[in-house]
Formats: sequence, structure tokens, C-alpha cells
Amino acid sequence: MAKAEDGTDWAGLLIQVRDRQDRAAFAQLFRHFAPRVKAFLMKSGAGAALAEECAQDVMATLWQKAHLFDPARASVSTWVYTIARNKRIDALRKDRRAEPEELDWGPEPEPDQAEAMEAQQDTERLGQALAQLPEKQRALIERAFYGDLSHSEIAAETGLPLGTIKSRIRLALEKLRHHMT
Amino acid sequence: MTIRHHLSDPLLMAYAAGQLPEAFNLVVATHVSLCDECRARLGAFDAVGGALIEEIEEISMGEAALEAALSRIEGLPQATRAEPLKPAGILPAPLADYVGGDLNAVRWRRIGGGVKQAILPTGRDASARLLYIPAGTAVPDHGHRGMELTLVLQGAFADDNDRFNRGDIEIADENLEHTPVALAGEDCICLAATDAPLRFRGMLPRLAQPLFRI
Repeated sequence: MAKAEDGTDWAGLLIQVRDRQDRAAFAQLFRHFAPRVKAFLMKSGAGAALAEECAQDVMATLWQKAHLFDPARASVSTWVYTIARNKRIDALRKDRRAEPEELDWGPEPEPDQAEAMEAQQDTERLGQALAQLPEKQRALIERAFYGDLSHSEIAAETGLPLGTIKSRIRLALEKLRHHMT
Repeated sequence: MTIRHHLSDPLLMAYAAGQLPEAFNLVVATHVSLCDECRARLGAFDAVGGALIEEIEEISMGEAALEAALSRIEGLPQATRAEPLKPAGILPAPLADYVGGDLNAVRWRRIGGGVKQAILPTGRDASARLLYIPAGTAVPDHGHRGMELTLVLQGAFADDNDRFNRGDIEIADENLEHTPVALAGEDCICLAATDAPLRFRGMLPRLAQPLFRI
């Protein structure tokens, strides 16, 4: 089981990819996330070859869409997860997936170190909470996210502290809307 | 505009997990486009996925994977940020994508009583359609077999229990029998999705049902 992170500033690396097309930063992100995306896709039912190919696609999307990443609203892990999930729907279910309107207007968000660290720590705390769940409950969440439960089987009672994350994102959205007007 | 009727936690989690039928995805994405509260709740469920990615036991990529990735991004254009949003039309972006434009691009079909609908192209496990209900008109009395989501885009409707304005979503299941009425004022336009055919209580609508796929 992978341990909670050693404090690497993933958001900072992704911002370097965004602002300076920094290949070394990309390589560091790739080494950490590509094997995780591959594992996620294989747990979701993809064979090794397809999972490898899709993980490459996911990492290329990370490079291409770096400007859509808002460190105040999501950690890099969460952002990578959403790209990998969409890739899975695309590759395994061959469905079209509607996504909410992007909130990517205006100037690039100034990387706010504190906000970005908070988002990353949120994800780490969530990981710890996940590890502490009773095995049965944890397995149910995993099955839902690995695509092993139908939507009518999904119960949203996760036992995870999601309220604080929601509140933080809500604040970030309010700030964003405020800048917009 | 204050949205009072929101998505449920199970729907948001199923969307975050990528497990909804395409037609329901469309309704969720459209509602979230209008509702920052649900956008934030969805962000929290997405974060569960992020935590799983972080905790997962990794599986090594092939030998030359990093070199392949680096040469692939060489010269790969990075998308730039969008222009500031134009004054929005009636249809939020994900829905406009399905329609191929805003309201004037919708190809309505009359289904009687002044009501019009346009079925949207989605996967077959659930269906989505736009409904146009003239102000003051009742939608035929109906119950539901599966789950039905109705999102108001323009005007408002009310049933025996509540009122639904732009951005509000009604989540109905087999336990709900109701008679929604489009309120006076603006004609009501809704996005509706269901994973089962609706059943009408009158004889005639039941016969007409297979023809209209309502």
C-alpha cells in the first residue's frame, strides 16, 4: 500500500508544466501518477496493454489541459482521477460523457501555495480516513469507483469526512465568481 | 437566482464514480453547470477518487513508457484558456453540445396539448429529452417506473408539493404520482431523463406512448 505523500508539491509541478512547458516537472508527475492510473484502469477491468495505452493518454491530457487545473479546487490526484475516469468511460464503455461547463475564463489563477497545499492535504487526510474505514465499507467505496457497482447500487454513505472538502471548494468557487464580475 | 432543489448524494457519487447512464450524466452535468453548491459537493466525491488513486498499489509502466510520453508531448499543443464567458444562452454548455446549439437549434416534435419534445441522442440504458410545456399547461398525469430526473431550464412548474424554477431538479421514482403544471408567465422548458418508460394513467396516452417514446 502506497503511503501518504512525502510532501512533494504536485500542484507546483503541474503549474510549471502549465506555465513553462517544463518537461522535468512532467517526468516527475508521470513517474508518480502513470503507474497509479494504470493500476486504476486494470482494477476497472482493462487488460495490461490497454491500461498502459490509456495511462499514456491520461498523462498526455494532463499536459495538454494543464491550464484547466485549478489548485484551489482540486488536488492533482483528484484531477488525475477525473481524467482517468473519463478515459475509462471512453475506452471501456464507449459512452459519451457530459461534463459541467468549465470555469476557465479570465486570467490564469495565480498559484496560491497555501490553497494548493490545503487541497493536497485534504486528499491525504481522505486517504487516511479511507484506510481507517471498516474493511467492508472501504471495499464498497472501491467497488463503486472501480466501476463494479451500478448506479442504483451506489449508496452515498461513505463514512468519510467530505463536508470540509465541499466547504473549501465552495469558498474557492465564490472567489472565482467574484473575480469574474 | 437561488436553486432550491439539488442533486442527491447517490447521484453525485455515481457521477463522480463514472457509473451513471449517459442520459443521467447529461442532466447532472447540466445542473452542476448552473449550481455551485452541487459543483462543490461533486468536487468532494471526486476527491474520494483522488484519494483512491493516491492509495492504490501501483502497477509499473513498461520499460520505455516515460521516453514515449516525453516524445509524445514534444510539440503537442497545450490548450489555452477560454475567452471570458459570453452572455449565456438558455442551454448550459453540456446540453448545448448535445443539441448542437442553443434553443433555436432544438428540433421540436409536437406531442399534443401544445406540449413539444425533442429526444436527445444518448445511450439506450436511459433516455433524455427536452420538453416544452406552454405556460399554464398540465403535463399529462403520470407515475414512474424507474427513476426520472427533471431539470428546469426556463419558466417554472409546480406539482402538488413544490415549485421548481430554472436550475431546480426534481428527482422522481416509482413512489411519486404527480401532476406537474407549467406555471403562468414564461413557457416552461425542461430537460428530463428516465431509465424506464413513463406510464400514463389515461387510456389514450398509454396507446400513444410507444409512438412518442415519452
